[in-house]
Amino acid sequence: MSKAAPRNTARVLAGPPPSAGTESLKDHRARLGPMPQVRHQEDAVALLEASGLLGRGGAGFPVGKKWRSVAGHASGNAVVVVNGAESEPASSKDRTLMVARPQLILDGAQLAATAVGADEIVVYVGVEHTRARAAMAHAIAERASERSARRPTPIHLVEAPLGYVAGEASAAVHYINARDARPTNKPPRISEVGVRGRPTLVQNVESLAHAALIARHGAEWFRSAGQGQTRGTAVITVSGSVTRPGVREIDLGTTIAEVAAYAGGAREGLQAVLLGGYFGAWSDLAETWDMPLDPVAMRARNLSFGSGVVSFLPADACGVSATARIMAFMAGESAKQCGPCLYGLRAIADATQRLAIGGGRYDDLVRLERWSGQIAGRGACGLPDGAVAFFQSALRVFSAEFRLHQAARRCSHPRAWAGVA
Amino acid sequence: MAHVITIDRIRCDGYGMCAELLPEMIELDDWGYPILRAGPIPHQLVSHARRAVDVCPVLALRLRTAVPANARS
Repeated sequence: MSKAAPRNTARVLAGPPPSAGTESLKDHRARLGPMPQVRHQEDAVALLEASGLLGRGGAGFPVGKKWRSVAGHASGNAVVVVNGAESEPASSKDRTLMVARPQLILDGAQLAATAVGADEIVVYVGVEHTRARAAMAHAIAERASERSARRPTPIHLVEAPLGYVAGEASAAVHYINARDARPTNKPPRISEVGVRGRPTLVQNVESLAHAALIARHGAEWFRSAGQGQTRGTAVITVSGSVTRPGVREIDLGTTIAEVAAYAGGAREGLQAVLLGGYFGAWSDLAETWDMPLDPVAMRARNLSFGSGVVSFLPADACGVSATARIMAFMAGESAKQCGPCLYGLRAIADATQRLAIGGGRYDDLVRLERWSGQIAGRGACGLPDGAVAFFQSALRVFSAEFRLHQAARRCSHPRAWAGVA
Repeated sequence: MAHVITIDRIRCDGYGMCAELLPEMIELDDWGYPILRAGPIPHQLVSHARRAVDVCPVLALRLRTAVPANARS
């Protein structure tokens, strides 16, 4: 097992390392060649369907299926939104890609525009990601100044405002339409009524970068990477107690243990790992150390690959305190439109914080269990569902620690208790 | 024909009248917002459901006829 070299296929991150900065249009074309012309809408959709690529923004929806849905509602008037909002606090892979490979992302966006029948591309980049925004703006300008026989789809850039929900697809559309980054009710679906009322595809930047390579090398090439049921590679963000945290591209199906090894190994004893991001779940490393990072295998364990976040919690950190911090963030990120999210997440965050610092009420844990089971499915967007799913994972993984905090008002981790962790 | 209630969660302000009129299908959470029981409304409750929809001060409730599950593709 240990002598098998970990496979770490570089695809969207192939070429010069991200630390070398932005790849220019000239260098990009020299390295990869021109984007093959896909003339027919159906060819582009079928290609992505055959690849099996899953969306990398968090929900993991099949890209080809999404393209077919938008194409079915459009008649050449659709809009493609390139989603680089990356509002997930534990993720930095999207901005890394935008800084290093903006032209690859734009190639994918042009392909998506062909596939869904779009005459406009909006690049939606988080306002806080200043380098990524500059790189995307420069890449758009490089293309605009290029003489081309075929008129490419016009591209413009919109800054996504701060906030977790700003990256949600309907919030992105709402912001582009009305400068209001709050999610909207579905129906209508944005695949039917989106930017300026037109059918709209909102697609994560990494998904588009993969699509650009699939157009060049084919669906079979894409499927040749990957060690489990889900094929291809993924760009992930590794953080927490490892020697070399950062953004890496892995074969899907790589185990958590291998990811830790790529990141230079554990810096200290580890107890749990946050998978998928703040929308994801805690997982006990005693159970998942050898689990493959594969969306299908993870779903079977009630986990989610999400946006590719892998964050290691050291053994001497308090899981209740770590959870309290994340819940406080999530409650603060509610768009404050729907009561169950606005009041429910705040109540969960406050009670968790009380427990974390040893001031819990006698029934806080009972109420936390009840509340966290009542909120899912009762908001306009998925934020409350994601937040309570995350919280329920904390109740499972840190069950003993939660009970100790409730019953004895104690923490078994002196470092966290002193407020150091 | 089966009926279902849908709630516009952005519109709902937690007046709670729906739960008064249709307690068989709707209970309230700790903050007064409705928790809807899953599934279609039993035939004998449809008129009560219609009243619950009508009295909502912010018009957050809708009564819809559900497409039977086996008719979906």
